[in-house]
Amino acid sequence: MEEQKAQAYWQENIRTIMQLLVVWFVVSYGCGVLFVDLLDTIAFGGFKLGFWFAQQGSIYVFLVLIFVYAKRMNAIDEKYDVHE
Amino acid sequence: MELQSLIYLFVGASFALYIGIAIWSKAGSTSEFYVAGGGVHPVANGMATAADWMSAASFISLAGIVSLLGRDSGAYLMGWTGGYVLLAMLLAPYLRKFGKFTVPDFVGDRYYSDVARTVAVVCVIFVSFTYVAGQMRGVGIVFSRFLQVDINTGVVIGMGIVFIYAVLGGMKGITYTQVAQYCVLIVAYTIPAIFLSLQVTGDFLPQLGFGGTIDFAFDNGVREIPAGTYVLHALDQSFKDLGFSIAYTEGRAGVWNTFLLTVALMCGTAGLPHVIVRFFTVPTVRDARISAGWALLFIAILYTVCPAVGAFARLNLIKNTQNIEYAAWTQECSATQASALAAAQDNPAVDAARVDCAGQWFKTWENSGLLAWMDKNGDGKIQIANGAAFKGKPAFDGDKRGPNGERLLTNEVVAAPAGQAIENEVYFDRDIIVLANPEIASLPNWVIALVAAGGLAAALSTAAGLLLVISSSISHDLLGRVIYKDEATGKSKLTDGQELMAARVAAAVAIGVAGYLGINPPAFVAQVVAFAFGLAAASFFPVIINGIFDKRMNKEGAIAGMAVGLAFTFIYIVLNVFVDKSGTFTMFGIKATGIGTIGMALHFVVAYFVSRATAAPPVEIQEMVENIRIPRGAGAASAH
Repeated sequence: MEEQKAQAYWQENIRTIMQLLVVWFVVSYGCGVLFVDLLDTIAFGGFKLGFWFAQQGSIYVFLVLIFVYAKRMNAIDEKYDVHE
Repeated sequence: MELQSLIYLFVGASFALYIGIAIWSKAGSTSEFYVAGGGVHPVANGMATAADWMSAASFISLAGIVSLLGRDSGAYLMGWTGGYVLLAMLLAPYLRKFGKFTVPDFVGDRYYSDVARTVAVVCVIFVSFTYVAGQMRGVGIVFSRFLQVDINTGVVIGMGIVFIYAVLGGMKGITYTQVAQYCVLIVAYTIPAIFLSLQVTGDFLPQLGFGGTIDFAFDNGVREIPAGTYVLHALDQSFKDLGFSIAYTEGRAGVWNTFLLTVALMCGTAGLPHVIVRFFTVPTVRDARISAGWALLFIAILYTVCPAVGAFARLNLIKNTQNIEYAAWTQECSATQASALAAAQDNPAVDAARVDCAGQWFKTWENSGLLAWMDKNGDGKIQIANGAAFKGKPAFDGDKRGPNGERLLTNEVVAAPAGQAIENEVYFDRDIIVLANPEIASLPNWVIALVAAGGLAAALSTAAGLLLVISSSISHDLLGRVIYKDEATGKSKLTDGQELMAARVAAAVAIGVAGYLGINPPAFVAQVVAFAFGLAAASFFPVIINGIFDKRMNKEGAIAGMAVGLAFTFIYIVLNVFVDKSGTFTMFGIKATGIGTIGMALHFVVAYFVSRATAAPPVEIQEMVENIRIPRGAGAASAH
């Protein structure tokens, strides 16, 4: 039982990380590198959108991701009763 | 007050603060020396991490890199921030739960091998010294420019300050001085940026001004750019007019190289020992997670302001210097000119940066050798455009002055590309973008003094963090866990007091070596930065990830992975940067800066197959991995 619970906790941890890292990848490597030329055809105020993601947007998203991660992990810790 | 007295006041007050904190937070045990007793509040740790991370290079050079590279610099901006996402989710919480003092500690224990531990120690020392040499140089540059002592004296003063608080206070002293240093450096960075943003766009926040419109019309040498144009459009248009092949917001590095560089910088950031070790200092796993968020928040303030500063600076440089008469602009102010300048600064209809005697900063920086002007067409006016003004770095002809009062150069002239309307006459070092920005924009004197104190805070905080990592990997890992290991118990034969003394001596020696490297910098300092990130990405990052996420990973896999990843990256960089100086040796056109990504991929692949072909790790190691995956029970960090 203990072991099963630990396994389930770890699975949920991995799932959370994976979901957040997909966003991380799409925003930085997707918008800022791979598809930057395509997004640059879209104007975003005084910016081109791809340029904005590469120099500003991705950093804001990184920040949100870490705080969301910390919050969700704390909830998962409590759910599985492994919090400190 | 005079500019020089203001600089002494700001720098002196900040140094007094750092030393005061060091005396207050003297370390009494190895636990306090290595990880500040594991009792640092997550927000304080976030600030300390930010100061630790943001080096002289971030403070002084990054905006210059951005300004020079335009859109391509996104790789650095994303790489040096996105690594914190990996750190927060994949490394920090588990390493905190593991609860030891150093990165080699984890590698040695998890892979039950002193070979792995020793390889890790060597990597830590190499990566950290690479970095610290640049910091000491940064201290020297700031001292020589702002305090008018020579660079070597500056380095020695910097060494003295770091010596006091790193040797005395260890991690505890460093942590609290870094909190203070963060405050100094971020204020020093953002205040000039806010001034600039207000001046150029009228927006208070530089991040918004970056996408805003310019408040003034200006002549870029080819055409008049009207007020109300977006900052980036004004830059793009001017770049096109001045003959640049790509606009400011276009990229030239190519998707493949930008991708590899970004990965190498992100994984390298997450794998740098002096950053990782900061997360050993917080009380709980929960704190380690949130602390990474705070760290990135504090870092992001600088990293989102920086691209705006780079763009404003580039725009200002064109606006303020294009076709200006050198002699009148850079002369010393007479009494009437001084009052005319003051009146112009209060009159929004006049561009105060271009009136007579407003350009003395140009001469000051010319004297420091970071800026140079060659009047190629002999019209007595400065022209700025695409292309190098002359070959190589400025070689001044002694103190000889030309007809306009400019320093004469002996460099070979480079002709402008055919068909380009304006020929470039200006050389500028990218480092002056931040250091000279307040002067270029004619901001008040106290802002310039603040920038000097901020540059020193950035360099000293990073140097101290690196020196601590070097000293702890020598005293704790090498002496304590390998050389003076008690074979019977596997523990150190040194008492806590002896090890603490060894750590202090190691820190003192490391400071001496760092100072030597700062005074006699190896010619290749810029290139070895590729080494630091490449090696961290190809060694520490994968070996730690495997240690946490792959329970089946064993000693053989880890050692083989590290060996292959390190050897590949090392050899590639040596071949590309040092052996073949023209940089034409490449595989698939990959640049040295991004090669760590390939080294890391090789590491993962080799480690996987070798570990599966050899015996599983011992049961107690597998239990240890189970244990670090669960937050509960993270006590204070301990040696045993």
